[in-house]
Amino acid sequence: MRDREDEWTGLMRLAISGDSAAYHRLLKAVTPVLRAAARRGLARAGQPVDQSEDIVQDILLAVHLKRHTWDAEAPFAPWLFAIARNKLIDALRRRGRRIFVNIDDFAEKIPGEPAAETAPAGEVAAHLQSLPARQREVLQSIAVDAASIRDTAAKFSMSEGAVRVALHRGLASLTAKLREQQ
Amino acid sequence: MMETDQLIRTLAADNAERARPVGFVLTLALVAAAPVSILMFVMTLGVRPDVMTAMHNPFFDLKFAVTLALAIAAIAVSLHLSRPEALLRGWALLLLVPAGLLVAGIGGEMMVPQRLPMMTRLVGHNSRVCMLAITVFSLPLLAGALIGLRHGAPARPAVAGAIAGMLSAGLAATMYASHCTDDSPLFVATWYTIATALVAAIGALAGSRVLRF
Repeated sequence: MRDREDEWTGLMRLAISGDSAAYHRLLKAVTPVLRAAARRGLARAGQPVDQSEDIVQDILLAVHLKRHTWDAEAPFAPWLFAIARNKLIDALRRRGRRIFVNIDDFAEKIPGEPAAETAPAGEVAAHLQSLPARQREVLQSIAVDAASIRDTAAKFSMSEGAVRVALHRGLASLTAKLREQQ
Repeated sequence: MMETDQLIRTLAADNAERARPVGFVLTLALVAAAPVSILMFVMTLGVRPDVMTAMHNPFFDLKFAVTLALAIAAIAVSLHLSRPEALLRGWALLLLVPAGLLVAGIGGEMMVPQRLPMMTRLVGHNSRVCMLAITVFSLPLLAGALIGLRHGAPARPAVAGAIAGMLSAGLAATMYASHCTDDSPLFVATWYTIATALVAAIGALAGSRVLRF
């Protein structure tokens, strides 16, 4: 557990210093832990656990847009779990349940059980449709077609800078839309 | 359709985007809001005419020590609380610094003979103007503080909003103190505190809406 969290902190420091591959690895590594915690929270609220993916995506977006509030001198896991807990509480409240979410939920080991079915997330995808065309196209190119920034720029005859701006604005407004629906 | 793996890839592609620290954005927002409050103050009340002589009165100066201590402590606490994992805990003690200064001031005033009885000093000349002015002048600053703090990720938005209220009340009271002729720490402890509590309540209410992330 300690090792795992130290590794996260190391990856996040690399990410902050500009290493996108490390950032990608970090997000991949934390996702199963977030998913397990979201499922536990849903289960305790008497909600179908296969709805966890929307919560996971909501947490990931918040982690991304608020990562400047992480203190690089501090361990990463408490920061991550605080964001996750906040988002999980919001999600459960939105589903009409008041529930106490224990911060220790996130620190528990990932259960070894074979992962039961998880329904695909729908909220981010739905809001994606309401973005301005340019932002949507850029996001889809990078997300779905796995195109790089450079390839995306070439495809739409945009500068790389303009692609970066559209990408960031798109992610920020997706997050804003997720927040508004609450 | 957006799979989680696809979202992660997209976030990683956006890693080059660097946000400014919350302290920087909060400073900008307060600097932008300050002229509005200052203008409101200058147009309505303005600095008291005998300010040069008043400055020789330690109790006049104490008002600024108290209000600035409140503003600075609240800025420090709100920056701390803009991190999601932050707890208030010992940081709340910082907010006791202005209260401590006031208590020391009241003690000091008791030591020296006074022309006016205690109740008269407490009630003062214009307590209503005091409360109203501090509250109204703090509103633009509160709006600025909330805009700045939206850049953070407070776990408890209402608490963060209340501290933002104290911050703006502290700054507004610093301005108002230069107008007010009631210099008794008893007056400050009563009316400035009521105004601060009011602005903190407004901040908590607003914060619980706008500071969620």
